[in-house]
Amino acid sequence: MNLETIITHSPALIVAVPLLGAFLTPLVGKINDKLRNVFVILTVGLTTFFVFLLANDIFSSGNIRTYVFGGGTPITDGGFAIRILFEVDGLNAFMAIIASILALACVIYSWAFMKENTGLDKYYTLILLMVAGMFGMILTGDMFNFFVFLEITSISSCVLIAFWTNKGKAVDAGFKYIVISATGALFILFAIAILYSQYNALNMAFLANSIQYTFLDKIALVLLIAGLAMKAGIVPMHMWLPDAYGRAPSSVTLILVGATQVSLYGVLRMTFTLYGSQLTIPLKQIGDTSITMNGLLGITLIALALITILVGVLMALKQTDFKRLIAFAAVGEIGYIVLAIGAGLTAMGTSYGNMAFRGGIFHIINDALDVGLLFLVAGAIYYATKQTSLNQMGGLSRNMKYTTVFFLIGLLAVAGMPPMNGFASKLLIYQSTYQVNPIIAIVAILCSILLLAVFVKVFHSAFLGPKLPKFKDVKDVPKSMLLAMGIIACFIIFFGLFPEFVVNNLVKPAADAIINNTNYITTVIGGAVP
Amino acid sequence: MIYNIPYIAVVALILIGLYAVIFKRNLIKIVIGITLIESGVNLFLITLAYRQDSIAPIYHGEISRLMSLPVPHALTLTSIVIGVAVLALMLSLVIHIYRHYGTLDARKIGREEE
Amino acid sequence: MSGMSKIVKTISSITFPFVTIYGLYVIAHGHLTPGGGFQGGAVVASGCAMILVAYGSVWTMGKIKEKHLSVLESFGAIGFIGLAFLGLIFGTMFFKNFLVGNDFLFGEIGKGLSNISTAGALPLMNFAVGLKVIAGLFGIVLVMAYTTKAKGGKIE
Repeated sequence: MNLETIITHSPALIVAVPLLGAFLTPLVGKINDKLRNVFVILTVGLTTFFVFLLANDIFSSGNIRTYVFGGGTPITDGGFAIRILFEVDGLNAFMAIIASILALACVIYSWAFMKENTGLDKYYTLILLMVAGMFGMILTGDMFNFFVFLEITSISSCVLIAFWTNKGKAVDAGFKYIVISATGALFILFAIAILYSQYNALNMAFLANSIQYTFLDKIALVLLIAGLAMKAGIVPMHMWLPDAYGRAPSSVTLILVGATQVSLYGVLRMTFTLYGSQLTIPLKQIGDTSITMNGLLGITLIALALITILVGVLMALKQTDFKRLIAFAAVGEIGYIVLAIGAGLTAMGTSYGNMAFRGGIFHIINDALDVGLLFLVAGAIYYATKQTSLNQMGGLSRNMKYTTVFFLIGLLAVAGMPPMNGFASKLLIYQSTYQVNPIIAIVAILCSILLLAVFVKVFHSAFLGPKLPKFKDVKDVPKSMLLAMGIIACFIIFFGLFPEFVVNNLVKPAADAIINNTNYITTVIGGAVP
Repeated sequence: MIYNIPYIAVVALILIGLYAVIFKRNLIKIVIGITLIESGVNLFLITLAYRQDSIAPIYHGEISRLMSLPVPHALTLTSIVIGVAVLALMLSLVIHIYRHYGTLDARKIGREEE
Repeated sequence: MSGMSKIVKTISSITFPFVTIYGLYVIAHGHLTPGGGFQGGAVVASGCAMILVAYGSVWTMGKIKEKHLSVLESFGAIGFIGLAFLGLIFGTMFFKNFLVGNDFLFGEIGKGLSNISTAGALPLMNFAVGLKVIAGLFGIVLVMAYTTKAKGGKIE
């Protein structure tokens, strides 16, 4: 079995290995707990290996890889196989890298963090199921398959949010999450049914090729964006997010951040790949100006994004619970991504429009890493002191040196300070939104400064100050948790120091995949319309 | 008109379900609302599959009559399977919530100080 | 949930084998007729749920633990994914139906259209899914019934 064979099959293996591992975990767990932890880490490590192999191939060659489940030849000559199809282009590979980094950090972190809990067999099974679902959502090229993986992700993540069932609030957050995500998923299914009724197909590339932009298609687009925005936590559908992020175990929150980003990927894929060829067609002519779909959609997204940023940052100001505060900051960060996407949509085709897309996509990975690191730090503090309220903390930097360093890195990154990665992507967003409208850029910069103020306050109240007597015996967290935080911090510093390299090699292929969807379509359909 | 009745039923089911999810305060009623939305979507898929005077898509040897589309049936089935999982999960969460708070009123849960 | 009257217990004991056989039939013929792993599994699981209602959750929990059910469920899922992996190993692609076109698995069972070995690996996948659904659904119902058993009119 040579390398090429592995790369060819890796789209399927990325989903299949965690899925198989998920159901083997309870059986391995019957033998030994340590063995089970090693097994889970190995499973995720193998998956990460496949992801990086595949991503390396995609980014170096610029090809789009397809994988047809069950093989088989096309039914018609020159057509495509009507089966479940995985399709990997730059955007998919980029998102898969994010998911794999987060998953690896999560399972390493869980080793020590979840040690004292019972029912860990189920915990690891659900983590692996959720990882498999995320990868499935990322890699699939089939609408219905997307829905199925979305449901797998949301069901397993809901159980994980409510994992500490002895806390009433955790169960409450889990219920909130499942209600929102079940409703959102049903919206998406309804949209898929509408699309199927018109084009008799479920394949994304085929649908994108034949989409007519009828009235029903517009309804389907609205339903798709609404459903996915519910899962991504865009205001006004954000109320589940602080609860879920704040109440779940920190290791779970890390993966939940990934799941949220994957939902954002869904928004990108549906808007730009499915409807990409129809976005710039004028809808209505009023005088000299013509209203186009991308302008309308872009302005809506910008407005939503600004509200999201404002709500996230302002609510973060008044929180006293550490994890809830970070959760609201995460809402704000999602707003920045949506802002960049909206700005790119309004200025589609121009150079700064492309820059906005690059900034937005770069910010997806930065947001996942920064917010993820902060949640891990919050979890570490909870592990060491059993406190979540900021009012109860103080002077922790004397006992927890490494954790303090990691928090500083996360703080600077999330507030967009140089030399961290958040600065690089936020600069791209500011530059491009300034071209669209200066006021948007100013609001974005101001909110970023406010975010810095929020986290400086947290840093002051939790880490600085005199040593509190009740924290006399607090020690720094175990090595596995430090290792997980270290992995993410390394990526943050690397992305911050070499943004040019990352933008050119990782972000640009992904942004090109958004801007131009013809490659995606022709790879599957092969130019011939069946 | 008679052929539009299923679609009207679909819209009615989804709207009733959304109403229950948004305005009802009893958690069980919220769960019922979600299953109503799901039934509406499933009904929509099944309606899409039907062709006039068609029979169930089972192969009998010789194809004598028009068959309805099998793909939406498969989609509906998958959706039902997922629905069972979601329903079981939501009900078990409701059981946990009831144990903690002794009530199913959405206004009274999750409000305590930690 | 405590047990019900003797009449209910007897009747459900008598009907339980028929329900189970019917469910297994639906699973086994899933690739030929409407039905399959999930539907047949749901039939068998509802048969088990009938026993649960008739005899009460405490009695049923004494007979079968939900731990064993979850192991069974894992085996069902592993069987399904394992068959997909076998497609990669013996065939060319993941989920490739590597058994199609030869009948060394079942031989000739039934004649003509009802020949059971026409679908290659699909019946095996149906068995795996059926096992998972039986164990999973019955496990859910059992745990829910056991944890919410009424004690003095209030849920414990």
